[in-house]
Amino acid sequence: MNIIEVKNLTKRFGDFVAVDNISFTVEKGEVFAFLGPNGAGKTTSIRMMTTLLAPSEGEIILNGINPQKDQAAARKSFGIVFQDPSVGEELTAYENMEFHGVLYKVPKEVRRKRIEELLKIVELWDRKNHLVKTFSGGMRRRLEIARGLLHHPKILFLDEPTLGLDPQTRNHIWSYIMNLNNVEQITIFFTTHYMGEAQDIASKVVIIDRGKIVATGTPSELMKKTSADSLEKAFLALTGATIREEEASPVDHLRMGRKMYHR
Amino acid sequence: MTLSVIYILWLRQIKRYFRSKARIVGSLGQPLLFLLAFGFGFGPIFQKAGQGNYIQFLTPGIIAMSILFTAVFSGIEIIWDRQFGFLKETLVAPVSRLEIMLGRTLGGATVATLQGVIVFVLSLFVGFHIYSLIALPFAFIFMFFMALLFTALGTAIASVLKDMQGFQLIMNFLIMPIFFLSGALFPLDGLPKVIEVIVRCNPLSYGIDALRAALSGVAHFGLLNDSIFLFVGVVVLLFAGSFLFSKIEA
Repeated sequence: MNIIEVKNLTKRFGDFVAVDNISFTVEKGEVFAFLGPNGAGKTTSIRMMTTLLAPSEGEIILNGINPQKDQAAARKSFGIVFQDPSVGEELTAYENMEFHGVLYKVPKEVRRKRIEELLKIVELWDRKNHLVKTFSGGMRRRLEIARGLLHHPKILFLDEPTLGLDPQTRNHIWSYIMNLNNVEQITIFFTTHYMGEAQDIASKVVIIDRGKIVATGTPSELMKKTSADSLEKAFLALTGATIREEEASPVDHLRMGRKMYHR
Repeated sequence: MTLSVIYILWLRQIKRYFRSKARIVGSLGQPLLFLLAFGFGFGPIFQKAGQGNYIQFLTPGIIAMSILFTAVFSGIEIIWDRQFGFLKETLVAPVSRLEIMLGRTLGGATVATLQGVIVFVLSLFVGFHIYSLIALPFAFIFMFFMALLFTALGTAIASVLKDMQGFQLIMNFLIMPIFFLSGALFPLDGLPKVIEVIVRCNPLSYGIDALRAALSGVAHFGLLNDSIFLFVGVVVLLFAGSFLFSKIEA
């Protein structure tokens, strides 16, 4: 059964085509890697799939729901960890979870039980009453993952969840996620620039470049196709070795400002 | 419309306010400086011109100033918040944009009102006297309405801006003029025609006038006019803010 179906999806910003007529499917319970160089259209695609952005053309079906037509139902069926952190810094870990639970209308009793369960899984239960601004990057990520799972989504979107984390934390986070995938059959849709991660855990890979899909398959299929011995080499063979020029967007300006501000 | 959603968004703003003590103290510096420097600096001249006690005149204006700034900022924070904060999380949650906008705006307005109340209490130590205890609750109501109006304005602006680059522009060409051309600092009698027209188009003028009526017992436009214009302003900006907010993409 396909839990995500994307058909002829296109997004234009003025003359610029960010996502150009892409189609793919994700099976239920799959660990799906969506890879591509900077500016390839990964985040734009995720924004469209998660109702933050309206597509210019094409269709998306999430868990049998068209997010364009039934936004609220589609939103209940996925959880997301954004590329940029989105936890409330002046709130405690527990309050962040509580807030999410109320927004998703998880009943109080269930909410309490699940918050405890999830915070224990991500090993933040001892720190539940600490303000998030005292948390490290890895702890924030773990909290965001726990939060994204609170309403028991069918699909978990992860947009570069391990960016800027050390190998220890990365391993930790992936092992939680893989365990969830095994036990709860949650479909994982993720992007990353660490090709090793994708090679190790993805059951299916789609590579997108300049808005178009250039390859689809399992990591070993892609490696075989390009006669490469790692997914990184296969990726470079498929997308070329040139560094992508990208103009800074308003979001990048904000991001730069944030780095200065948080030094 | 779910009240629990609006409530938790409101609560978040309140918690945020009380947890950043440094910000509360920091944001009191400017109104206090204005109150002391202008109040005592222009006081003698004001008295000589036969207008009475300047602190008595100025205080409602300074209360309104701190409400204006706090309210607009809390609205404008959305720019930041939709990339690095909570807001992004709420935008993918199964709640309507109207609920998010209302919760946030009510929260921001409550915080701005609290800020106004603190300035009011401080002004009592500088020598301000309220004219009637019965009118005092009305003063708080007017403060809240002003706060609501300008938080909604901040939300509307933030929904249109993409990053903080336009912020200075908004500050210097919109927020500062709203403050300086409102009758916060000077009486509105005998102004040049151009200034008078601008003052009359400025919603803050009516807020300050109403506040002055409730706190000091004098009004330029009359309390009825003030209430009507203030109420209309709140309704218009809440609609504009909600509309623009419902259009934002993150």
